Amino acid sequence: MGELWSPILLTLELASITTAVLLLVGTPIAWWLAWSEQRWKEIVATIVALPLVLPPTVLGFYLLIALGPNGLGGWFGWLTGARTFAFTFEGLVFGSVIYSLPFVVQPIRNAFEAMGRRPLEVAATLRASPWDRFFSVALPLALPGFLTGAVLGFAHTVGEFGVVLMIGGNIPGETKVLSTAIYDFVETLRWREAHILSALMLVFSFAVILLVSILGRRSPRGDAS
Amino acid sequence: MRRFLPALFCLTLLAAPVRADTVMVAVAANFADTAHEVAKAFAARSGHQVILSFGATGQLYTQITQGAPFEVFLAADDKRPKRAVDEGYGVEGSVFTYAIGQLMLYSADEDLIRGKETLVDGDFEKIAIANPEAAPYGEAAVEAMTALGVYDSLKAKIVQGQSIAQTLQFIKSGNAELGFVALGQVIKMQGGSRWMVPQEFYRPIRQDAVLLETGKDNPAATEFIRFLQGDEAGAIIKHYGYAREQQSSSNLDGNVKPL
Repeated sequence: MGELWSPILLTLELASITTAVLLLVGTPIAWWLAWSEQRWKEIVATIVALPLVLPPTVLGFYLLIALGPNGLGGWFGWLTGARTFAFTFEGLVFGSVIYSLPFVVQPIRNAFEAMGRRPLEVAATLRASPWDRFFSVALPLALPGFLTGAVLGFAHTVGEFGVVLMIGGNIPGETKVLSTAIYDFVETLRWREAHILSALMLVFSFAVILLVSILGRRSPRGDAS
Repeated sequence: MRRFLPALFCLTLLAAPVRADTVMVAVAANFADTAHEVAKAFAARSGHQVILSFGATGQLYTQITQGAPFEVFLAADDKRPKRAVDEGYGVEGSVFTYAIGQLMLYSADEDLIRGKETLVDGDFEKIAIANPEAAPYGEAAVEAMTALGVYDSLKAKIVQGQSIAQTLQFIKSGNAELGFVALGQVIKMQGGSRWMVPQEFYRPIRQDAVLLETGKDNPAATEFIRFLQGDEAGAIIKHYGYAREQQSSSNLDGNVKPL
């Protein structure tokens, strides 16, 4: 059973941590993209959206080099005594954050834009500090966007395969996540295990899509009508 | 264009009498470079085209059981081809050993590998092997480490490639300092350091081929099998660092006639 539980738990851990990082990193980006008047902000938006289109193998290839001894591993490896960040849980988190970024930034940006400037301006006239405006006004109003982003980011990380395959190294308990475990089981003709994990993924994916569409109906735009 | 089309048509007519068929071959990842060479030589000799698909032996076999259109299977072990025949995917009596593989400890770093002491000292962070469940070279790597008494101490440092090709990619990109690959993969590579693992430390990696039921009636497939048994292919295969079995063509029956 451990063979089945280990990848499930690892995947949940990876997706949770990745989602937390994504919300921390993605929110300022979404905020800036929603309000900035810079002309080149669409360039930044495009870069954020790239993983939607890029084959995971391209990301995986670049990450393998970027995390290795000629990249981040070589520059910051002395901090941890490592020479590469590939084949580590942290490396997977890094890759997953890049890979799932558009799934979090886009819904949050949309929610900010749907909310509009007006509530923030009103709050400002009531002398709310910028932080207060964000936490007391923007955050509650854009909450459905945050929830959608979190659910999508989580789900997309759970479903990640190509990137993990290329930078993971298939280490049980460290980088052997659900999708690669299923791949292994299929490859070695252990279809009973593959069936169990695949069925779980099917149910999970169904639940996620249902949840996202329910959240979508409760978006601020819907409430305003 | 209007003048060009009839000309093109005539060309096709000219080409028609020479029956150029294609054969789809599933090839174990370690044999990729060699297979390209063999396919080229075969195409030059027979006029038939070879379409090569690479993967881990286990992965390719799974695909074959699910109706993949491969006609010949060049595995990295002697288990899957036999199993293919037992389970009705392979042609009875068509299994033969086309190459005997050599396990190689390889590093992109010039100074890293000094011999088996390198493994005993364990002075590195990551050692790459192919997935031992799916790839015979991975299994051989585990056998060798076990025989050398270093498996338990190195276990935590092992990273797995899905195939022996990905294993080499981990080493070449520097993410793993060293790893176990097939001699055939690195024989043409300059630089790095290497240690040929002595045969006594692992069971011989007999790479067997099998004609699949899908290719039984395809002359290109049967001819390719025969070519693979011949001396021309044998020379290429040896050139890439594999050993050949004596009289490899003798264990064939009526399905594929020796030359």
